[in-house]
Amino acid sequence: MFDFSIVTEWFNSFLGSYMPAWLVTVIECLGIGVGLLVLYALIALFYIYYERKLCAAFQCRLGPNRVGPWGLLQSFADMFKILIKELIALNHTDKFLFALAPYLVIIASMLAFAVLPWGNGLQIVDFNIGIFFLIAVSSIGVLGILLAGWSSNNKFTLIGAMRSGAQMVSYELSIGLSVLTMVAFAGTLSVGGIVQAQERLWFIFSGHIPAIIAFIIYMIAGTAETNRGPFDLPEAESELTAGYHTEYSGIHFGFFYLAEYLNLFIVSGVASLLFLGGWMPFHVPGWEQFNHIMDYIPGIVWFLGKAFFLSFIIIWFKWTFPRLRIDQLLSLEWKYLLPINLVNLVLMVLIIVYGAHI
Amino acid sequence: MEIMEQITTKSMPYEAFKDNEYIESLVEELRASGTNILVGSLDKLINWGRSNSLWPLTFATSCCGIEFVSLGAARFDMARFGWEVARASPRQADFMMVAGTIVNRMVPVFKRLYDQLAEPKYVIACGGCAISGGPFRKSYHVAKGIEDIVPVDVYVPGCPPRPEAMIYGIMQLSRKLKVERFFGGVNRQEKP
Amino acid sequence: MANLKEKISSLFPGATIEELDTLRITISPAELHALAKALKEDSESPFDFLMTIVGMDWTESLGCVYYLSSTKTKDIISIKTSTTDRDQPVLPSVSDLWEVAVTYEREVYDFFGIIFTDNPDMRRLFLNIDWKGFPLRKDYDMESNENPVSTENERQSDDTYVYSISADGKLVKTAKPVFEKDDFVVNIGPQHPATHGVLRFRTAVDGETIKKIDVYMGYIHRGVEKLCENLNYFQTLHYMDRLDYFSAHNYHHGLCLCIEKAAGIEAPRRAQVIRVLMDELSRIASHCLFIGTFCMDLGATTMLFYTLRVREQILDIMDKTCGARMTFNYECIGGVMADLDPDFVKDVKALLAVLPSNIAEYNKIFTGNVIAKNRMEGVGKISLDDCISYGVTGPSGRASGWACDVRKTHPYSIYSELDFEQVVMEEGDSMARFKVRIKEMEQSARIIEQLIDNLPEGEICAKVPKVLKLPQGSWWQIVEGCRGLFGVYIESDGGTSPYRLKIAPPCLPLAAAVDHMTSGSKIADLITIGGSLDYIVPDMDR
Repeated sequence: MFDFSIVTEWFNSFLGSYMPAWLVTVIECLGIGVGLLVLYALIALFYIYYERKLCAAFQCRLGPNRVGPWGLLQSFADMFKILIKELIALNHTDKFLFALAPYLVIIASMLAFAVLPWGNGLQIVDFNIGIFFLIAVSSIGVLGILLAGWSSNNKFTLIGAMRSGAQMVSYELSIGLSVLTMVAFAGTLSVGGIVQAQERLWFIFSGHIPAIIAFIIYMIAGTAETNRGPFDLPEAESELTAGYHTEYSGIHFGFFYLAEYLNLFIVSGVASLLFLGGWMPFHVPGWEQFNHIMDYIPGIVWFLGKAFFLSFIIIWFKWTFPRLRIDQLLSLEWKYLLPINLVNLVLMVLIIVYGAHI
Repeated sequence: MEIMEQITTKSMPYEAFKDNEYIESLVEELRASGTNILVGSLDKLINWGRSNSLWPLTFATSCCGIEFVSLGAARFDMARFGWEVARASPRQADFMMVAGTIVNRMVPVFKRLYDQLAEPKYVIACGGCAISGGPFRKSYHVAKGIEDIVPVDVYVPGCPPRPEAMIYGIMQLSRKLKVERFFGGVNRQEKP
Repeated sequence: MANLKEKISSLFPGATIEELDTLRITISPAELHALAKALKEDSESPFDFLMTIVGMDWTESLGCVYYLSSTKTKDIISIKTSTTDRDQPVLPSVSDLWEVAVTYEREVYDFFGIIFTDNPDMRRLFLNIDWKGFPLRKDYDMESNENPVSTENERQSDDTYVYSISADGKLVKTAKPVFEKDDFVVNIGPQHPATHGVLRFRTAVDGETIKKIDVYMGYIHRGVEKLCENLNYFQTLHYMDRLDYFSAHNYHHGLCLCIEKAAGIEAPRRAQVIRVLMDELSRIASHCLFIGTFCMDLGATTMLFYTLRVREQILDIMDKTCGARMTFNYECIGGVMADLDPDFVKDVKALLAVLPSNIAEYNKIFTGNVIAKNRMEGVGKISLDDCISYGVTGPSGRASGWACDVRKTHPYSIYSELDFEQVVMEEGDSMARFKVRIKEMEQSARIIEQLIDNLPEGEICAKVPKVLKLPQGSWWQIVEGCRGLFGVYIESDGGTSPYRLKIAPPCLPLAAAVDHMTSGSKIADLITIGGSLDYIVPDMDR
């Protein structure tokens, strides 16, 4: 497997030989920042197109096919459109919080990008509490949503925000516990460590039943975290017009719209990291020849492929299932997922202690 | 004929459209006013974007609204053109398809919805009722056409118009957007 | 019926009893309530279903015609009452006997200005509270500019009024607040994706739980009844397409039958078969769209696209024969406008071939889904008695165990010869309403199957005079629309246009029952209940 850190190390030392250390850091940070922003926008635009095409396929339609080849430029057209739309300033709102909310949402998802393992060594930071950092920053998003709903001074947005608050706080538990299960299995909180631990076999295969249960719960809770159907109550179109972002227009709305897709990507990315080995190719212990062939496929392809596949499943959920009601949503979490998750954690610990894993 | 090239619609020849005189008059106006090359090309990019991404407001009062639903379904599939993101919140929509009769009691609500749309915003009067009151014109409780209330960009006649007619109507709107100057507002329609 | 006549004349000597197309009792306002009560509580044939209240302006007097039906014996009876006071017409309310009367009386008040004493909610129903005049009175000036189109927000009152007669015979008006003082009121509609058009719910909520709903209608009130009074009978037909645009054929059928009954015309056999075929095809199309939009309301958007596939197929069939996709104007007085398309039989057979597999697909995707079950089962329950009291007919009524299919109870056209079942379920919740409609699609397909192979040859339209004048009198005709009982009342003064044409839509009682069905449930349930009732706003507003 090609280690991308060779390139970054070389670049670092190359710059270091010409300029002082502080300038190197500044330049590297800037480069990474710009790269991240571009990547961020590209992935979001791709996801918009991806979902539209998929949903069209589910619904026996064609989907966008007029703008650019196969409609590929459709989301770019949307982006230009959204950029120039008027930003409506509302009376009787908390102007500062109203403007702050979309940025909070987008910053939360952007921070989470920092620890995603794109490839071998191709990671922005790999520090020893990577997973913990991820869970921590992804919870900032709910703050943005609550602020958006509250500061709009609109009853629909308020209901949407309250629903969202209740939902995200509840499902954070499930996410945390299923992540904890896998962290216990891997024995490390570092993202790089978790990926390396799956070199022999992906966790979903080596972790026995607890890993599969954790995976299913993670996917359910992850869908709820991203406010997507069947858990899209905060923005339930048929109930609350557009939910917490009803009053937002122009690029502010665009941020919410992008963040929704980015969160989808992050959730699938983390799922692929925890259960499907991140950038790690598919290895089967003992099949040396096979493993060797798999290694030829670059890590970034593996990672994106897994993330897109998992997103496909989440999108499939959305376009198939009806929406849950708020009380059913909460009882699903507190009465079913949480107890199962706790038992599952104990089960996983037993498996680790007795070394029963494959 | 540089501006005219922009107005091309994929797989629909220019001559196939009916009221080209209107578009040409807008183009004339554009030519007469002249433009800075930088602003001009930026305009071109923006117009390409917004003419290809028209998000409708889900607004329907009666029969025409059902044909609008059919427009989204597999047979007519407006998603092909990038119009499928029907927003329920007027703040996020680009144009309003006035599908159905507007009655006296609805007029204030309708006007407010129009005011809530974020600029640049457009209105398509869809069906006889929205254009003139249609079969209910003589009634005591029906607005005789929405053009007295809001500026209308495209009229789609019919009772209700077939989905094909609606597609044609939105295409006309998209053509109109392509020759409108975004910056400077040279030929933008003013508020009433 | 003879028995009943004797009973009434012995109890109410002041009442005159005539035999029109139904039994017609004319009674003074003072005795109206007692008569209504006696009829409702009659032991042999309790007239427990109030079909409609027709407001009337007979120039010299204002009044109402009540159409009652018995769910036991299926008899129909009408009561006529009037008052000569045009400045302050007062009639007693029957809203304590039938819940739906509250809404019907509000409608009559809105159109004719007749005040009903002791009605708990005497506000205007369709028009703004500051509307001047009563539009359906004969002396209302249609050309006047008294009520201009205004972009100012409508004035709104948080109070409702109750009128009562005090001891000294004066009319007393008492204000009563609609909501409690510290209710959190959310305004849902008129522009809202869930209301299926422009209906407005002012909803008092406690968290996510609904306390009370105040339904506002009239955002698409087009005054069809008044417009009809100035048109001849042929011209009135085209408005039927634009009320409930999904049961356009059924409504046409109803009005045609009513006019034909009055004029003594009978449609030829072929026309009758074609009408029934079209009715049932549009019922399938309508229920298809119901399933789609209902699922979309619940969040399963994809179902809409699957159901619209079948609907498009039906619309193609209609398009070939009738020349339009929605507003057909196909059934005319005396028969139908044009003969069937040569491809009709082939197309319908193709439809019947794919329908069962499509219905199975809908059941597989949606009906069996756990989330869908949780969302629908036990939500919006309405009991049989409430159904009758609120006048909830059609599939929604049948889901509560009320066998109210007009095709069976009062067969019209050729329905009595056909072999089909009336789908009745007992649960009365949203799930039952959903399932009833799916089963009705199968029954409709069964009817079409019986007819499609032996279409009779012959004329498609009877001879109808170019200038059609109906004799003096009044007629009442009910048919089964896609959403329930659709009634037409025509009163003629012998001219070419109706003196009064009253349309009794099935959706008005449905909307009136929303408050009863939703109290105590969640906001999301409002969407489920509204979706499962499947009301069409232009139909209730007219």
